[in-house]
Order: sequence, then C-alpha cells, then structure tokens
Amino acid sequence: MRNVAAVLHFCTDNPPTMMAYLLGHINYWLIIAVMMVGMFTMMSSPNLMKKLAGLSMFQTAVILFYVSVGKVDGGTAPIVTEAATRYANPLPQVLMLTAIVVGVATMALGFALIIRIRRAYNSMEEDNIHQQMEAEELD
Amino acid sequence: MEMLTVLLVVIPLISAPITAIIANRYVAWLITLVTCLALAGLSGVVLHHVISGEVIHYELGGWKPPWGIEYVIDSLNALVAVIVAFIALITVIYGSKSAEKEIHDSQIHLFYAAFQLVILGLLGMALTGDIFNLFVFLEISSLSSYALIAMGQKRQALVASFNYLMAGTLGATFFLLGIGFLYAASGTLNMADIALRFDQFSSMTLVITALLFILIGLALKAAVFPLHSWLPEAYTQAPTMVTVFLASTSTKVAIYVLIRTLYQVFPNTYWEEMLLPGFLLLSGCLGMLYGSYKAIRQVSIKRLLAYSSVAQLGYMVVGVGLNNEAGLIAAIVHMFNHAITKAALFMAAGLVLMRLHTTNLEKLRGAGKTMPWTTGAFALAGLSLIGVPGTAGFISKWYLVQAALEKGNYVVAGTILIASIMAIMYVWKIIETLYFEGPDKLTVHKVGSGKEIVPDLPVATFCCYVMVATCFYFGLYTDIPLEAANTAVEVLFSTGGGQ
Repeated sequence: MRNVAAVLHFCTDNPPTMMAYLLGHINYWLIIAVMMVGMFTMMSSPNLMKKLAGLSMFQTAVILFYVSVGKVDGGTAPIVTEAATRYANPLPQVLMLTAIVVGVATMALGFALIIRIRRAYNSMEEDNIHQQMEAEELD
Repeated sequence: MEMLTVLLVVIPLISAPITAIIANRYVAWLITLVTCLALAGLSGVVLHHVISGEVIHYELGGWKPPWGIEYVIDSLNALVAVIVAFIALITVIYGSKSAEKEIHDSQIHLFYAAFQLVILGLLGMALTGDIFNLFVFLEISSLSSYALIAMGQKRQALVASFNYLMAGTLGATFFLLGIGFLYAASGTLNMADIALRFDQFSSMTLVITALLFILIGLALKAAVFPLHSWLPEAYTQAPTMVTVFLASTSTKVAIYVLIRTLYQVFPNTYWEEMLLPGFLLLSGCLGMLYGSYKAIRQVSIKRLLAYSSVAQLGYMVVGVGLNNEAGLIAAIVHMFNHAITKAALFMAAGLVLMRLHTTNLEKLRGAGKTMPWTTGAFALAGLSLIGVPGTAGFISKWYLVQAALEKGNYVVAGTILIASIMAIMYVWKIIETLYFEGPDKLTVHKVGSGKEIVPDLPVATFCCYVMVATCFYFGLYTDIPLEAANTAVEVLFSTGGGQ
C-alpha cells in the first residue's frame, strides 16, 4: 500500500516526469497488454483452439519481456564486430531460444490433442464436450 | 563420483530416443527396465555418499559456475532422486502387463520413450543447481506427462490431458517470468550465487514479484490447493502405470523445488515476515480438508485416491509454511512416505482395474472374498495413508503435529488431526465396500462374453506387495529418510539464516 501511495503522490506532483515514466517503459506496458490479452483469451474462450492461441500469446509476451530486459541503451545485437563497443545482453536471448523451442513443443502437443479431442467428441467447444462427458458413465 | 551424478540425467537422455527408434515393444520394455535399474543403483550410491552432509558439485562441460550450469547434489535432492528412480523401477516391473493391455501395440515403444523422458525431467529438476535449467527439465517432464496421460483408454483422458497442458504451461510460464524478474534483479541464474548475493538486491520490489510468480507457478505444478483442479482428472484417466508413477513422484518433485526455492534461492529470513507462511498454512489446511472431503464423496477408487493426493500435498505445504526445522523435516519425510504409500495404493487400484475393468466401488461389493490379495494390499497401504503407528505415514504426521505444537499453532495441529480422521473415513469406505458388503457376484465389465476370465497378475501383485512392505519397513526403520531430511534441513536453515 505504501508503494501505491508513493506512486499516486508522485503522479500528482510531477505530471511531466510521470509522462516520461510511462513512455520510458512503453515496451513493458505493451508486453503486459499482450500478456493479459493472451491470458484473458485462455480463460474466457470456450473454443479449445482459441484457448491454445491465448496460451501461445501469453508465452510470447514472456519471451518479449526477457528480450526487453536484456536490451542495453545504444547496444547492438550481441555479435562481436569492429564497429560496435556496446552490445545487448546475450544471455536472455539465448534463454529465450530455449523457451521458444519449449513453446513450439507445447503448441504441437496441444494441436495434436485438439485433433484427437475433435475426433473423439466431434467438437472443439468446451461446453459441448462437457455435456458429452457428463452423459458418459463415470469410470 | 561427480561423473555419476550427471549420468542420472544422461542415461535416460540417450536411452529414450533409442527406445523410440527401435519399434519393438519387448525391447522397449527391456531398455526401460535396464535404464531404471541403472538409475536406481546410481541414485542409491549418490544418496549413500551425500547423506552425511557432503555436497557434490558437477560443472557441465567444465564451465565454472556461476557462468556454466552446475549440478549440486546434497542429501535433499539425492533423496528426491532416490524416490524417483526406485519408484520408476518398480513401476516398470509392475506395469509391463498393464501397458500391454492399455496401450496400442504400435505406440508402446513411444509410450516407454515418453516414460523415460518423464524420469529424465524429474531427475533433472532434482539435481540441477541452475534455475533456468530447472525450468527446462520441468517442461521436459511436463510435456512428456501430457502425452502419457493422453494415452489413457477413454476419451476423457484427452480432455484431462488438455486441461493439464493448459494449467501446467501456465504454471511453467509463470515460473519462467519469475526467473526473468529474479535475473533482472540479480544478474545470475545459479541458485547458490543468487542466494549468496541476495542482500545486494533484496530491497528491490522486483524481488517480491519474482518470488510470487515463482511460487504460483510451482504451486500450479505441485497441485497445491486451490490450484489443484487438473490433478484428479489427469490421475483418474491416465494409464495405470502413468498414474502410479506420476502420483507418487511428479508433485513431490515440484514440492521439493518449492522447498529449494524458498530456502536456498530466497533466504527464509526474507519471506518469513511477509504474509507468505500464513498463506501456505491456510492453503495447506484448506487443501487437507477439501481433498479429504472430496475423497470421501467419490465412488471411483482412482479418483478417490487422486483427491486424497490433494489432501496429502496439503500436509507438505503446511510443513513448509510452519517454517521451523521440525516442520520442514516433516514435509520432506512426508514427501518420501507419501510417495511409497500412494504408489502402493495406485498399484492396488491398477490391479483391480486390470482384473475387473472397473474401479467403481459400487461394482466392487464383496471383492475381498474373491480377490483377497489385491484387496489386502488396499487395507495395508490404507493404514499407512491414515498414519497408523508402525507405518510410514505415521512418522511424518507425528513430526508434523509436533512441529505445529512447537510453533504453538493449535489450529493447524487440530486440522491435521481432523484430516487424518477424514482419511480413516475414505479408506474405510473402500475397505467396507470390498469386505463387508455384498456378496454380489463379481463381474468383469466391458468384455465380450466368453472372455470373462479374471487374469492372475503374479508379477504386478508382487510389486504391489513390495511397496506395501516398504510402507511398513519405513514405518519401523526410519533412518534413511530421517537422516537425509535432518542433514538437508540443517543446511537449508544455515544458508537461510546465516545470510
């Protein structure tokens, strides 16, 4: 709560600095937006395909976040050349290569499951599938 | 010695693709068996080596930490590795018949390959000292377990697997985000290095955010109440062998990571003043009561046991939330004891399923008279689940109640006792149906006429009784888990408090 109060106080006292703060972190605001859109889709959509798309967006936002964190002011891509002296931090980028692979594997598995669910239930809508599941004998 | 530790991860990494390429179900089973034998032997040797407090460091590729990835093995993760490897071994012996029956012939080698990948992921999570490496292993084990669960016989298995995939990936992504925040604050991914330099950045607000994201991600993976919704269906619908293995290991490994993170990445002096211990206690207690309540109301044995897992995970979370040495010892020992107890119970449930094609209690009235051995395993392992003195389950609950009383937290102690009484109720529900109702004529379900032979499964029954015997053995001789837990807890509290 103290933090919130401090931020509010800061906002009312320094409108121009506040603006600079918002603009200076524009990449983070956008990442949060992408993340929330992804998560909302995942939670709210009854369509399994859209759920998976939401999950993918959510993962992508985290990847963008890591790359943002690794950015150094005035730094170029981390490839050693004569022309540059400042580089972006290569570690988050390397980590994200792994995370992208994991994401691709998750998506592939998700799609495979959706194909089989659609064959088994002839539907991709969660409500419809749940109706069919309730009608089935439990165990 | 150092080389042996990395073999625990390398062996399944090599054998899994080989199993997938050699498309023969007998060879696949044999390779899995040999792999598990090797892993069990290795993990036993490693635990024997570190149980008295020695720590093994292995630097992958010779890169010095904190730049390279490092495997750090102390008595805690050696104990977890032993749980994973030994349960994998016994599951493979137990499951050869059930896998033949439940998995299509053309997929059985892939099934075993995925099974080895889960073992690899869980062992990797246990052994690594690098937090990003941990995420990678977490995803390896999760992805292969989604695939394994989807191989269940009924079509509900697909939906269960999909829901698990959603929840699991969300959890893993939260965990990844938490690591990102932590890296932004600390500039390192090596757990020991983060802990060592924690004071330099602990004042940043970022660190609290990192802690919360990591915690929620792990809680989703460990199915801590109220984030458990994926667990009951996944365990009910998965093939027998997968249920036995995952129910006894995967959530335990996630709890281990939770303990490791809360004590050796974030020192416990950092979070003990926050609301966090209270939240852990609350979620643990509610989980115990809710899981037990739902378990009492189930009619399917598999689902009943799955809900009981949610309740038992509550005990471990309470052990962590109490944040004293006795509580942590209780959590670690319960991790061990519950793994063997649940393995025995799910093995018994699998036997019933294989012989009668149902685990619905309403169809099993009086089964105790026709299959005394199978139902006997339920009764004996059930004692350990309740925590009757002389069984493994008693030891950890005893420590947990002591830990709660030591903190003067009578509400928690009372809740543990109430949950144990509820455990008696749901175990009794199974026993009553099997022994004291009926005698209905038992029928094998969902089989064409002329095939109604109840198969004898001597090997699987034997494995089940090995686990039951283990429950009793570790109830009487508690040296191994207790010594490992004691050593581990000393180290955990010294790193947490000393900083």
